[in-house]
Amino acid sequence: MDTQQQQQQQSFIQGAKVLMVGAGGIGCELLKTLALSGFQDIHIIDMDTIEVSNLNRQFLFRRSHVGQSKAKVARDAVLRFRPHINIRSYHANVKNPEFDVDFFKQFDVVLNGLDNLDARRHVNRLCLAADVPLVESGTTGFLGQVTVHVKGKTECYECQTKPAPKTYPVCTITSTPTKFVHCIVWAKDLLFAKLFGDKNQDNDLNVRANNAASSSKETEDVFERAEDEDIDQYGRKIYDHVFGYNIEAALSNEETWKNRTRPRPIYSKEVLPESLSQQNGTTQNCSATDDDSTVSAMPLLGLKNPQELWGLTQNSLVFIEALKLFFAKRKKEIGHLTFDKDDQLAVEFVTAAANIRAESFGIPLHSLFEAKGIAGNIVHAVATTNAIVAGLIVIEAIKVLKKDADKYRMTYCLEHPSRKMLLMPVEPFEPNPACYVCSKTPLVLEINTQKSKLRDLVDKIVTAKLGMNLPLIMHGASLLYEVGDDLDDIMVANYNANLEKSLSELPSPVINGSILTVEDLQQELSCKINVKHREEFDEEKEPEGMVLSGWTQSPATNGESASTSNNENEKAVDVTESSSGPEMASKKRRLSETQPENDKKETENVESDDDEIMEIENPVMVSKKKKRVE
Amino acid sequence: MKKNSLDKEVLLSRFSRLNLRMDGEELTEQETALYDRQIRVWGANAQRRLTKSHILVSGIKGTVAEFCKNIVLAGVGSVTLMDDSLVNEEALNANFLIPPDENAYKGKTVAEICCDSLKDFNPMVLVSVEKGDLSARSTEFFEKFDVVVIGYGSLATKKAVNEKCRKLSKRVAFYTVDCRDSCGEIFVDLQDYKYTKKKLEEKVECELNFPSFQEAVSVPWKPIPRRTAKLYFAMRVIEVFEENEGRKHGECSLLDLPTVLEIKKKLCEANSVSESLIPDSLLERLITGTIEFPPACAIVGGILAQEVIKAVSGKGEPLKNFFYYDAQDGKGVMEDISNSFTS
Repeated sequence: MDTQQQQQQQSFIQGAKVLMVGAGGIGCELLKTLALSGFQDIHIIDMDTIEVSNLNRQFLFRRSHVGQSKAKVARDAVLRFRPHINIRSYHANVKNPEFDVDFFKQFDVVLNGLDNLDARRHVNRLCLAADVPLVESGTTGFLGQVTVHVKGKTECYECQTKPAPKTYPVCTITSTPTKFVHCIVWAKDLLFAKLFGDKNQDNDLNVRANNAASSSKETEDVFERAEDEDIDQYGRKIYDHVFGYNIEAALSNEETWKNRTRPRPIYSKEVLPESLSQQNGTTQNCSATDDDSTVSAMPLLGLKNPQELWGLTQNSLVFIEALKLFFAKRKKEIGHLTFDKDDQLAVEFVTAAANIRAESFGIPLHSLFEAKGIAGNIVHAVATTNAIVAGLIVIEAIKVLKKDADKYRMTYCLEHPSRKMLLMPVEPFEPNPACYVCSKTPLVLEINTQKSKLRDLVDKIVTAKLGMNLPLIMHGASLLYEVGDDLDDIMVANYNANLEKSLSELPSPVINGSILTVEDLQQELSCKINVKHREEFDEEKEPEGMVLSGWTQSPATNGESASTSNNENEKAVDVTESSSGPEMASKKRRLSETQPENDKKETENVESDDDEIMEIENPVMVSKKKKRVE
Repeated sequence: MKKNSLDKEVLLSRFSRLNLRMDGEELTEQETALYDRQIRVWGANAQRRLTKSHILVSGIKGTVAEFCKNIVLAGVGSVTLMDDSLVNEEALNANFLIPPDENAYKGKTVAEICCDSLKDFNPMVLVSVEKGDLSARSTEFFEKFDVVVIGYGSLATKKAVNEKCRKLSKRVAFYTVDCRDSCGEIFVDLQDYKYTKKKLEEKVECELNFPSFQEAVSVPWKPIPRRTAKLYFAMRVIEVFEENEGRKHGECSLLDLPTVLEIKKKLCEANSVSESLIPDSLLERLITGTIEFPPACAIVGGILAQEVIKAVSGKGEPLKNFFYYDAQDGKGVMEDISNSFTS
């Protein structure tokens, strides 16, 4: 690049106002590289605070910063080596209403360093609405990717289906686990939720035995602790119920075990000494703790190493001890706890419970370290990939500022070279004409309009599938539902009443052939849904009782019936796997040509065989790699 | 707020590790907590090996600063920095380890300033400064290290240090790195290197034989496949130019283009290849792009750190033996250049 070009580039960079979303692993690297590259006006949003496990890669943070806002600390750290630039930090959720379309419009480019699908989709929609280019990124371990999304020129972030969160059929979790992850899901989403979470939530913890010997009332009572009940007794009762009685109940379904290994019921008296309370003076020993997240059963049992494998007895001790600590130290939280990977006691409880269940079913046990990774969907992360990806983001951002559309590239970081490449640039795709987000293509919803309530539609489709934050639903000119701060009481009462009505009973009945308009005013996204009435749904395959189709699939391959059988149907108990990882698309991608076509000086000397275009199938390649990473 | 008392523990564990750590010893609780996310990538064994490795780094410009940050975060045992140049405006450009406060850096060498910043990134890593000229060091000096990285070194230095490393009975992993304009080159010499690779579910033992730097830069050009990165050839021309003219890295301008093209012509003739092998425009970029391009530094410094981590931990297939990145086409390619082409 000659001096003139360099100056020109610098003027683009210096005049740009950029928004960074995320100040984590990629964010720290990105903010540093932007500042070094000469960017002078950077805004950065992140709702998170700093944790110890961030420090191995989020190099702008120190141990003394633990607990503080990532966005703010990152800003302060970068200002130390570039004091004269403008960095504005927001310790807030990017989905907050203050970050509306007008907010986004002030920027020349938006750079994402996010860790979840939900926020990525939200930012994608705001960028489309504000017509601001987006550079999107993600990393897992040594794999990474950077993509460019410019409205009308390249595909948007949602033009291609993202891999659905991994889900497992209910019965695998409740009755027939075969892998350790099934035991984790059971321990976390069923047992932990049942004992410490919202009591009113549906829970499939109890096995449905053939002979309804135990009435549901009886089993419910097991989990309730009477006021004066001894905590040790209570812990043993729970233990015996879930690892002993429930397994026996499941064994009574002979059909289930014809082709499966029968599990072994485990009772506390087999593995634990008669009286525990004398061995471990729970309440006396941990009086020094003052913070919920530091309450821990491990030190009380002399367990130190999270990578150590515990046997059945140790797991049983941890189970009882952790349960007791919840009641002794964190009683106030019981009833509204949700599992959190940074909650040590919760991780201990879930690890122990999963291991005892694994023992029952002859599944290999795992260490707390491993169990925590599975339960918390922890994203594997190293500094190097984040640094590389941040460099790639800045390179694409500069092209976007120069409006150098021919040179935009998606770049993949690979762990193992493909055609000698560790960094593989690929030409971006054109927008998908069937994308409901950027091309406004109508969706099709098959639903039982007589049985399904508006609430089901809002929860299962509008929020969960369409990712809307502040939705509004209309049928023709009739407003059926909306969310917002500025609604009066009468409207709220109306909408609440509508939520409980079936679709066909609504003031403006929604029946076969109806067309709904669903909008999100914050995201400025509007889409049409064609409603098809369907009487029956398969309980196992379509547990939601409705099927949404027609989005992010190209119309050519989207056969009418085929479209109803995608993997969304398997949804049952939900385990979200890392959504931040590289999401390689399933289409064939064309590799970019070696030489930029408009660079005449170089093309003179180009050898023809360098211009080969190769087609590769990404998912195969990457899925192999993912395996090797683990 | 949560764990204020940890800093002391970290220091204690650092000393206990230095004095007491033996093979197979478990990682401390602090290490497991700090390195949690990366242990999930490369495993506890690899992390243990990392914490025992000693790295020598010389020539600390942008790319090497990035590299140092990455390995300090990864938690190597020690990093020894060599760069006696004084901090000036140019050094500040892509090196975020130097605070732009003249009072702070006045009279200090680049290595000293960078050392202060790096220590701060991870108190569990020992970072120190070694003064003097790298090429004047005896063979024994290099024995203390597991990895030697030469940033922006001269042809003579790279050859000499590589030879010294190769004379040692222990294997010292040797790397060079160089960035110009928005291009970068990494060279790797792991000598005879054994590593394990996961093939499907099985672990496979593999072995690679690396040529020395001298061998790798004097491979005849004619048999090298045509699709090899042009940067390999272009960098050899620049190396010879700097050697002949006695220039340091970055001490060149467009005025030098005729001399550089003359060298290219000679080298192409000597190798009986057409001059079109090396585009003039590429050479022009390499001699005029003297200001470092920070995104390229981040990318090349990231790849280099990844390779060093692989070599130290013995996990994963290493890069053999050159890597090239060019922001203009966006590719990061591996080139295996050894005498095997001639046979």
